[in-house]
Amino acid sequence: MMFCNTCNKKEATVFLTQIVDGKMQKMNFCETCAQKKGINDPSGFALTELLLGLGLTQDVTATAELTCSVCELTQSQFKKTGRLGCSACYDLFIEELMPMLRNMHPSLVHVGKAPRHFAQEQKEKESIQLLQKQLQKAIAEEHYENAAELRDKILALQDVASTTPSVAHSRDREVQNIFPFEATTDGNDAKLI
Amino acid sequence: MPNINNNIVISSRVRFARNLKERPLPGVAKKAVLIALMEEVKAAVMALPEMEAAFSKKLEDLTLLEKQILVERHLMSCEHAVKAAGSALVLNQEETLSVMINEEDHLRMQAILPGLQLQRVFEMMRAVDEQLEGKLDFAFHPTLGYLTACPTNVGTGMRASAMLHLPGLVISEQINKIINSVNKMGLAVRGLHGEGSDAKGNLFQISNQITLGEKEETILQRLSEVIEQILQHEQNARTVFLQQQPEILLDQVGRSYGILSHAYSITTKEALNLLSLLKLGVDLNLFPEHVRLPIDELFMETQPAHLQQGAQQPKMSAKDRDALRATLIRTKINAMPIPKLQAALEG
Repeated sequence: MMFCNTCNKKEATVFLTQIVDGKMQKMNFCETCAQKKGINDPSGFALTELLLGLGLTQDVTATAELTCSVCELTQSQFKKTGRLGCSACYDLFIEELMPMLRNMHPSLVHVGKAPRHFAQEQKEKESIQLLQKQLQKAIAEEHYENAAELRDKILALQDVASTTPSVAHSRDREVQNIFPFEATTDGNDAKLI
Repeated sequence: MPNINNNIVISSRVRFARNLKERPLPGVAKKAVLIALMEEVKAAVMALPEMEAAFSKKLEDLTLLEKQILVERHLMSCEHAVKAAGSALVLNQEETLSVMINEEDHLRMQAILPGLQLQRVFEMMRAVDEQLEGKLDFAFHPTLGYLTACPTNVGTGMRASAMLHLPGLVISEQINKIINSVNKMGLAVRGLHGEGSDAKGNLFQISNQITLGEKEETILQRLSEVIEQILQHEQNARTVFLQQQPEILLDQVGRSYGILSHAYSITTKEALNLLSLLKLGVDLNLFPEHVRLPIDELFMETQPAHLQQGAQQPKMSAKDRDALRATLIRTKINAMPIPKLQAALEG
């Protein structure tokens, strides 16, 4: 049990964190002493925090606050309004979001419609994954001719996908890692390393 | 096949919330960014064939009265109506498709049709969505789906709803039981103007709450099934009354007719509640079918902004509106034949 810093008698139920001249100070009070000192709710009570089960005692001032680099929404702004500032916020605040989403929806995985280009990319990704599996098998079984064909197919699919460069780059790395060939730039067959 | 023209389901609506990838949402965007976003989205929306000769206005160019009319017609939300520069509305000529730009999300697009036509409004919305995704880069997460300002909309970003007229369930005091069971199915029941509004005119809006983890088709299917069941209950309630206590229904219709045909000042709420019972009277064949349209029209014409627009008065006190409303109703009702109440009781 944590005791009140003022009376040292009763259990502390009110916790105050203040930043004074860049230094963090933590104080613990029992309800009586907190009332005497006029500390009602220094954290700025927000109804959404209570409703969304985010917890009022979480100390957001202790460390540098999470802030979205795209829209500059801070974690405390998000906790207060329950609204995200941009699509990038979903990745940044995913930890806080998950319990909220769990309360609202039966599952955390979208199964409905997707933009066409996304569905297309998804399909290509799956084809590439399948070919990569076949490629690994071909290599393991030392069917190098077959492996070379599969590699060409993978590269061709990646060319199609290169309209979205960031995705294509990460795929390039994936393929190269499992590839025991030397990449050739002249379009000839690859040589075994 | 659901009965499209049944008189209990007033309208069907589907709305999609969409946002542009990695662009600040209306709640946090600075004014200049918001205006640029609005222009970009508006150009894409206006280029849709569905939006040929559409009504397109920036929020700052709409008068207060115009905004109120749009809200009363369910073509704009109250939240959108209070927005200023940086937001806009695009509405097709038929008033069946509307796109609110920079409401809570970058795009809130909706399709609305009379009667029970959820599948059709969904198809309308899907067609618009698929055309726009070729022009605008929508924020879509591989596991969370379409990303929205509020996590309650994430996933499909879809809210499907139907407006139901349920006087039978209200008079028989079964409505709360129905609302409770509908809520347990993961569906919400709201009043005439959505969130936070009370049920005037025995009108109830039923909509899905879940947007993540279920396909759009599954959500629509469940909503349609629940609506069909509510329709059945409403029809049963009316039949039971007619068979066992016809005087209760006739009393309600007769009194409403009496007040509406003799009132000289009436509020929106009272007018809607009484018009609802006249509408019930038409459903029960107490009035000839040809009075259905003028009664249905009064539901909209007696709303405050519609009333002022009709009188061409941008400013009007509530007292003057109540008097004007009563005159409009009296004129229309007195042109209708007197309901055959006694004949119904004896027949």
